[in-house]
Amino acid sequence: MSILVDKNTRLVVQGITGRDGSFHTSQMIKYGTRVVAGVTPGKGGMEVEGVPVFNSVAEAVKKTEANASVIFVPAKFATSAIYEAIDAGVKLVVCIAEGLPTIELVKITAYLNGKDCRLVGPNSPGIVSAGEAKIGILPGHIFKKGKVGVISRSGTLTYEIVDHITKTGLGQSTCLGIGGDPIIGTKFIDCLELFAKDDDTEAVVIVGEIGGRDEQDTAEYVKKYFKKPVFGFIAGKTAPADKRMGHAGAIISGTSGTAAEKVKVLEACGIKVGETPAEVAQLVKNRLA
Amino acid sequence: MKVHEYQAKNIFNKYGIPIPKEKMCVSVDEVIAVSGELGLPCVIKAQVHVGGRGKAGGIKVAKTEQEVKEYAKQILSMEIKGLPVRKVLVSEAVSIASEAYLGIINDRTAKKTVMMACKEGGVEIEEVARKKPEAILKVYADSLIGFLPHKARQIGLFLYDDSKTAFACAKIAEKLYKMFIELDSSLAEINPLVVTDSGELIALDAKINFDDNGLYRHPDIEAMRDRESEDESEQMARESDLSYVKLTGNIGCVVNGAGLAMATMDLVKHFGGEPANFLDIGGSSSPQKVKNALDILLRDENVKVIFFNIFGGITRCDDVANGILEAKKELKIKQPIVARLTGTNEEKAMEILKEAGLIFAQSMDDGAKKAIQLLK
Repeated sequence: MSILVDKNTRLVVQGITGRDGSFHTSQMIKYGTRVVAGVTPGKGGMEVEGVPVFNSVAEAVKKTEANASVIFVPAKFATSAIYEAIDAGVKLVVCIAEGLPTIELVKITAYLNGKDCRLVGPNSPGIVSAGEAKIGILPGHIFKKGKVGVISRSGTLTYEIVDHITKTGLGQSTCLGIGGDPIIGTKFIDCLELFAKDDDTEAVVIVGEIGGRDEQDTAEYVKKYFKKPVFGFIAGKTAPADKRMGHAGAIISGTSGTAAEKVKVLEACGIKVGETPAEVAQLVKNRLA
Repeated sequence: MKVHEYQAKNIFNKYGIPIPKEKMCVSVDEVIAVSGELGLPCVIKAQVHVGGRGKAGGIKVAKTEQEVKEYAKQILSMEIKGLPVRKVLVSEAVSIASEAYLGIINDRTAKKTVMMACKEGGVEIEEVARKKPEAILKVYADSLIGFLPHKARQIGLFLYDDSKTAFACAKIAEKLYKMFIELDSSLAEINPLVVTDSGELIALDAKINFDDNGLYRHPDIEAMRDRESEDESEQMARESDLSYVKLTGNIGCVVNGAGLAMATMDLVKHFGGEPANFLDIGGSSSPQKVKNALDILLRDENVKVIFFNIFGGITRCDDVANGILEAKKELKIKQPIVARLTGTNEEKAMEILKEAGLIFAQSMDDGAKKAIQLLK
């Protein structure tokens, strides 16, 4: 088992004819993902990597029964691509595109309210259910089927930690990047709710960073409701205040949102925090071994 | 992106939010001329991108012509937290009956736009939020409909007892919301919002930050960027689509991805070294981008060792390797380079770099340790 994505996921790739879209379509297919359709308005009728391209997501859903979408279009077009996917009735929208204005996420959040659709991202590297399917740009070869769930605000740092977990001999159930923006569709707690119900996930690693208070809220949630062991890593201990560290959401404002503050709250809530990526993997290994 | 108070006030003015009579000046002579037009006393305020300029002596009330000259000279030649003051805002002195706070942000937790009001003006709102949260009224906008008039009136009535002032404040709140949304702001504050002795509401100070992700649709805002007050290397990085933040250490870090870049700095520190910078070369990196990154990094004379930490996914290790080779040739890099390259096209990268004289690392830990060792 796994969360969000599995062998039955039928994926439509928005922006399939672009450079990143076509390359990652081939990678996703190679991993075993059922990519059933692509969409690029104006290029309907084409084929990319053997996948039929449609002019709209609605048409793709109607003809191929796609139930999830991944978005590879440039930031300027990503907002409308998200709305299009929601309206077409897919249950999951994974937005890889980055650089969306924050106010658009405020509106999208409201638009999603009451609809049976989940947004992951924007600025997400994607989701991998090890051995089943992958959506997005995460490198497939580092994953191994196993029992650790991973939720992260970043991309390459997730690979680093997943790689360490795999090298300890453990594997992953589902690993997802929720995105480094201030406002995102799916947060740590939303993922934990899903992991709680997934019998194959025995422990969860949350990979956080400076900025905001999502990690703190998550820690308090874990303490109250989450029964499986949770481990943490927080990036940005050496980050200066009031400087955006790459991700739009990774900024210490004044004295709030520091790594030290987050580590303190996580540990107070019983979440063991690794000092380094290697150490967090070792903590999980020690617990599950 | 931040703008100065005088720029924020210009924007307020366009949206009909009342501001004092004032003008931005760059020289003592200009200050003298403007103070003549506005009359005395007048206020001279340093325009720099740091907080606490009042405490640092960057805001002065001049009552005589002599004081105007003296203060203008003083402020225009001072540095506040390392930033030289190049501009001042000269403004009419307003008689203050009361001060309040009005601000707006996108709330990350609620995922909504929220207006905040507080009866105490001139305060640090985060400080109040921590110590006396009940002193702040938070009113959420409807994300699809907007900031409804009755919510704006709720703010006005919270701040002021007399309805005339309350409803004038409500109008200001509506305008502030409109501005915030239309311009892709990430924060807008009127702090303080004052009632004058004659009962008028005026935005005495203004702060607006803009969402970097929204700037592409506001070239007029982008044009307000104060390049002079920015670190030159950070500016160069932005222009080459790289994220760079200068720190004070001597191990230069080149990494793909923001999270990994932060973790790399932390790891260097963890093993006893000092990172010189944060540098994210981003996703699909070309050799040119790597070259630009090294060019920026090496402008910092403190850098004694360079540590490449690349986990290839969308980034190809061979692209990075080619960039390193070209940069070594063109930039005549003398500092030793420790390279940890793993993931997509790792073998090709090793082939390319085989004779480049690099020190290879097997893991991130190994790389950080080797970089630190080289300094000894």
